[in-house]
Amino acid sequence: MTIIYALIIGGVFGFVLDRIGATNPQYIIKMLNLTNLHLAKAILLAIGVASILMFLGQMLGLVDVAHMSVKAAEIGVFVGGILLGIGWAIAGFCPGTGVAAAATGRKDALFFIAGGLLGAAAYMATYPAAKAMGLMAKIGGGKVTLGTVPGAKYDGLTAIPGDVLGIVLGIVFVIVAFALPDRLSGSAAGATQPAE
Amino acid sequence: MILNWKTGGLALGLVFFLAVLIVKPIGVSTQFVILDGIVWNAVDSSVVTQTEDGKYTSSNAYLAKSNGKYAKHVANPLNYSFVFVLAMMVGAAISAAGRGWVPKEERVMPPIWRANFGDSHAKRYAAAFIGGFIVLYGARLAGGCTSGHMMSGLMQTSLSGYIFTIGAFGAAIPVALMMYKKEG
Repeated sequence: MTIIYALIIGGVFGFVLDRIGATNPQYIIKMLNLTNLHLAKAILLAIGVASILMFLGQMLGLVDVAHMSVKAAEIGVFVGGILLGIGWAIAGFCPGTGVAAAATGRKDALFFIAGGLLGAAAYMATYPAAKAMGLMAKIGGGKVTLGTVPGAKYDGLTAIPGDVLGIVLGIVFVIVAFALPDRLSGSAAGATQPAE
Repeated sequence: MILNWKTGGLALGLVFFLAVLIVKPIGVSTQFVILDGIVWNAVDSSVVTQTEDGKYTSSNAYLAKSNGKYAKHVANPLNYSFVFVLAMMVGAAISAAGRGWVPKEERVMPPIWRANFGDSHAKRYAAAFIGGFIVLYGARLAGGCTSGHMMSGLMQTSLSGYIFTIGAFGAAIPVALMMYKKEG
């Protein structure tokens, strides 16, 4: 049954990624050089909507709290995030959008995937060294949420009710999505018409 | 045809909600490791082994970590997370087919790359390859990528999601501003 779910949810995810332009490195790069924030606004709205629905669903007993999967906060998360950011700007793809982009016929995405497979293999080879360097040192208790989510197996960084905080932050994400201008960089004169 | 950000963002949000409602939060980058493991194990079957109590482990410390979670997935590729990524490709392809695929001149590089770095295919492919290497090395060090850490993480108010997002955008924006000065 889980395989059926994987087919449906994965399929819809790939479809939507393509329809919001996330499989197009043009949109990714223009988001990152702040000349077209269409994608950033869509992502912020998505996070807000998903957060509100999930925590509201938990409060109403409709969403299983045990489905949450919180990753550990470690030094490596920050360092790895920086590395990912650098490569993301160079290539214009991240792991999910790169794979989806290859499926839409982008040849550069195939090279991204090949590099990615080698990069993942390089991490498999150097994992003990990364661990020895202290990159897996926990921050703020590791697998924690900002508030304390009722019934969750994860600790809260604060005692604030995690579900309420999740809804509030979700609303903040939605507001930021609407408040964000279409572009932040470049002169108004240069902003006459986006390339697409 | 690209959806406007409101419709698109709402649709993407519903997908992330649906995932956590039915199964678990979305994540992608682990599957690069799983595919590496599958290929490696096909070449050298001693990489992933099954212990007497039925659990999986590996001669590779990373595949063996967390009680052999990754090793198990390498041994059984027909699991939720791996099939999810394959299905994602099918979904993206269906969408692309519906909008007439990617224009031919954009299949090698996006216009903004061409405007800044010229028409060399080799140069673009090399950048995509190197970028991919750095992205996946970083994603594995971080324990997740834009999907798992940023989207799924921020949505769950996890501390790690915020740390990752600050690192990723904090690096990506300056690099993009330096690299792409001409608008394409």
